[in-house]
Amino acid sequence: MGVLDKFKKMDTNSNLYTFLYASGMVILVAVLLAIAATSLKPAQQKNKETEKKVDILKSFGKTEGIDKAANKHRFVDDVFKKFITEQLVVNIHGDSIQGVDAFGIDLKAELSKPEEERNLPVFKAILEDGSVKYIFPVRGRGLWGPIWGYIALNDDMNTIYGATFDHQGETPGLGAEINTLQFQKQFAGKTIFDNSHKFVSVQVVKGGAGKDNPHAVDAISGGTITSTGLQEMIHNCFENYQAFFNQQTK
Amino acid sequence: MSENNQREPWFSAKNLKLITEPIGIKNPITVLVLGICSALAVTVKLKPAFVMAISVTVVTAFSNLLISWMRNSIPNRIRIIVQLVVVAALVILVDEILKAFVYDVSKQLSVFVGLIITNCIIMGRLEAFALGNKPWPSFLDGIGNGVGYGVILVVVGFFRELLGSGTIWGYRVIPESIYVKNGGFYENNGMMIVPPMALILIGIIIWIQRTRNKSLIEE
Repeated sequence: MGVLDKFKKMDTNSNLYTFLYASGMVILVAVLLAIAATSLKPAQQKNKETEKKVDILKSFGKTEGIDKAANKHRFVDDVFKKFITEQLVVNIHGDSIQGVDAFGIDLKAELSKPEEERNLPVFKAILEDGSVKYIFPVRGRGLWGPIWGYIALNDDMNTIYGATFDHQGETPGLGAEINTLQFQKQFAGKTIFDNSHKFVSVQVVKGGAGKDNPHAVDAISGGTITSTGLQEMIHNCFENYQAFFNQQTK
Repeated sequence: MSENNQREPWFSAKNLKLITEPIGIKNPITVLVLGICSALAVTVKLKPAFVMAISVTVVTAFSNLLISWMRNSIPNRIRIIVQLVVVAALVILVDEILKAFVYDVSKQLSVFVGLIITNCIIMGRLEAFALGNKPWPSFLDGIGNGVGYGVILVVVGFFRELLGSGTIWGYRVIPESIYVKNGGFYENNGMMIVPPMALILIGIIIWIQRTRNKSLIEE
């Protein structure tokens, strides 16, 4: 206690005291925050994981009951296991890669690699009626930050079964509308290849896509940059899977 | 003299005033006009506004308590930095806890939780109150100011969500059937969603408060 008493009696305006005080405080705070961060990490990780699973399920519309589930994590795990039968990792040539966990892939990191080295995740789901859907993650840039999503294709690798998108900080009411159902449900039934099997992706058209256009959806009014970013995101990400598409439809 | 030495009761009239005044006539937002930034940013929906209100209340209360407890030992030359470290540590704690337990809301609040650190109300109360008062009154003062801030946030959030999205706390209150797109006559007010509308709503609140309490009007 001797040292502490001495410290307490020091002139609070002296240089030594100021230094000691500042160092002591910083160390204390650092230790405290480190403990908090480490002990809360598992819960935070689990939240992120569940969110990703919900997003994947959303792309083919199997999210009923999640909001009401008493134990959200377990409920989502169960539904996810029920529908997702296979998790593949492929490279740009469509070859399957072993030993990589598809769920754990960070798409942002993969997209910044050279094309040849990318590990691309694919999720395969079998619905109640036996139909097979393939779910592809997409990621791109909106106006203020990243946007991402999951797109489910039918097993013809052409028709979109469903899509879900989310964003980090797009303008509320404008660009942020990409995560609404009204916007997302437009994608169902659109095709990404034209009649001559040329890859055309899905266009996000400002001013409204024609009702009969099979390759386009309406953009968000007032959210032009987000809409364009979304269009590029879908195009760029699907481009990686061209070889895989060809293999599956052979 | 003996009366002066006696301990003040925990909730004496003077102490209670520390809580009630910031909610009314010394409100940090409507009277002191502090903390406007986050009031604009997080009030589009009621739920994030409410969580933000609680977060700020917790941070003001505990930073006031800690700083008041440390006030005699803080070296005067680095007192602002000491305050910042205390506030920042508390805010990071709040952020981590939100991420672990109310993930959805923490995503909506995103960067604004971190920005509590720069909320003028907190620094203002530390400088103006906690440095010169005992821990318990400081704690109450922190709660009072946090709640005073929170009340305005919740009121603004309520009207912005109701008129801008037709929902309250995420539940639909304006029936879908009366919307124009479903053949009705009603349309959400898009203005409510953009930040300037929060400023206008706060302006209206200030107007109402000043009309009812003439003592707030400057000469």
